[in-house]
Amino acid sequence: MNERRKFILSMARGIGLAAMGALAWSAYVGEVRSAPLILRPPGALPESDFLRTCIKCGLCVLACPYDTLRLAAPGDSNPIGTPYFVPRDIPCYMCEDIPCVPVCPTGALNEASLKDETGAWEIKKIDIGVAVVDVEACVAFWGIQCDACYRACPLMDEAIYLKYEKNERTGKHAFLKPVVNTNVCTGCGLCERACITEKPAIFVLPNAIALGKVGDHYIKGWDSGDEARVAGAKAETTQTKINQQSALDALNADEGF
Amino acid sequence: MKYRFMILRRLTQLGLLGLYIGANLFGWKILQGNLSSSLLFESIPLADPYAIMQMTLAGAVLGFDVLLGALIIALFYMIIGGRAFCAWVCPVNLITDAANKLRRSLGISQVQKRVYMSRSIRYWVMGLGLLLSFAMGVAAFEMISPISIVHRGAVFGMGLGVGAIVVIFLFDLFVHENGWCGHLCPLGAFYSLAGRFSLIRVYHDAEACTACMKCKEVCPEKEVLHMVAKSSESVVMGECINCGRCVEVCDDDALHFSLRKFAMQAKEKSL
Repeated sequence: MNERRKFILSMARGIGLAAMGALAWSAYVGEVRSAPLILRPPGALPESDFLRTCIKCGLCVLACPYDTLRLAAPGDSNPIGTPYFVPRDIPCYMCEDIPCVPVCPTGALNEASLKDETGAWEIKKIDIGVAVVDVEACVAFWGIQCDACYRACPLMDEAIYLKYEKNERTGKHAFLKPVVNTNVCTGCGLCERACITEKPAIFVLPNAIALGKVGDHYIKGWDSGDEARVAGAKAETTQTKINQQSALDALNADEGF
Repeated sequence: MKYRFMILRRLTQLGLLGLYIGANLFGWKILQGNLSSSLLFESIPLADPYAIMQMTLAGAVLGFDVLLGALIIALFYMIIGGRAFCAWVCPVNLITDAANKLRRSLGISQVQKRVYMSRSIRYWVMGLGLLLSFAMGVAAFEMISPISIVHRGAVFGMGLGVGAIVVIFLFDLFVHENGWCGHLCPLGAFYSLAGRFSLIRVYHDAEACTACMKCKEVCPEKEVLHMVAKSSESVVMGECINCGRCVEVCDDDALHFSLRKFAMQAKEKSL
């Protein structure tokens, strides 16, 4: 009897300890894996898949010729051991052979997502994030000529273009406003690096944070490509049965009161 | 020759660490990456099988390279090394050995009341790591592993990871003898299980033994030496880390490395 009681008690204690450990452990893991603003290497899977697939070996870091990538150390407030970069320090220089990707042993950096149909690298497919302009802090929006980000962009006139506008304040000058095409921008961060303001007025954010989504029910009717999405659509016509009784009869019928 | 295996182990541990660090600092192509996953001579992948188990349970679809790497490592320790990873490769062993050395020379174990901690806790931690990986969709132990923190830190930059070193050192020094490696570490638990049937084993010769118990004093997993001074047999428990400390401190040549003696063991059992 005593032995049995001891056994049950020690089992209960073990389970209690395990439950407590699991609570603290899972709370910590749940906390440290959320870093919505982190910028991953090219070809990274969507963040939640990336986190479970990256083995934190650092081969991408070793492969990067510009020392752009680093592994998150304790205290960096990023999921520990995973690769990321800070464009203001060192941006991604968009190497044409993307050396950081093929070395990934787990597929957390997905080679296929960066290749065209012929199997050749297509650096325009890199999609780390998008550049966002703070129009209040950008001196080009004040009317001062600065095209640092525009000229730094490896996809000049595609990812960042200059929008010319008349400067009504002076009446004789032009604004040269940098505008980002978020469909083209790779998120390399060369613009953020080049920005002349104290804290960059153009900076890269992950797609999940910076991009909106229209929803499938809006169609660009003027775009034949987009219009094609509704080419095969069938409209469903419904008919409501109309009550044939006269209004007076319906009101006099007690039903429904 | 009281320290021949100790010196060899330190050379191996630091040498491997040096190769990894050299890969980052000087671009050496011998051993790149870290203990989670590496590339040997730019061609042979190596990977931590326990990490792969967690990642698979977390739902990751893994590339062929890393699976092959994990298989190579798993087979090496299963067939040859046993739990040798802990004594010959893991950088945390440097920390816990230092704590243990200091603990012995300060005589803390004699003064301190024994804190009870079961050596099987590590298997629970290992199971919990797998369970939480499955439940949370991310490799749970890899998020907190002090082994990875120390090794990755040494190669790629430590940050506040120094804290992990200090904590483990103090824990093993003041809280519990062999606390981390001998009781808690799930990776050690994994290699204990995986290396259970490996070939390289310490053999104990009871005829030569004078029961001085020097081996048990230095052994970090004392329970594996249960046969000392009692019977001649191989140390077959998976928890043995093949560090060779018992072999080198023995003055009577009663312990030596050998291949697992299947036949002899069977014969002795029948006698």
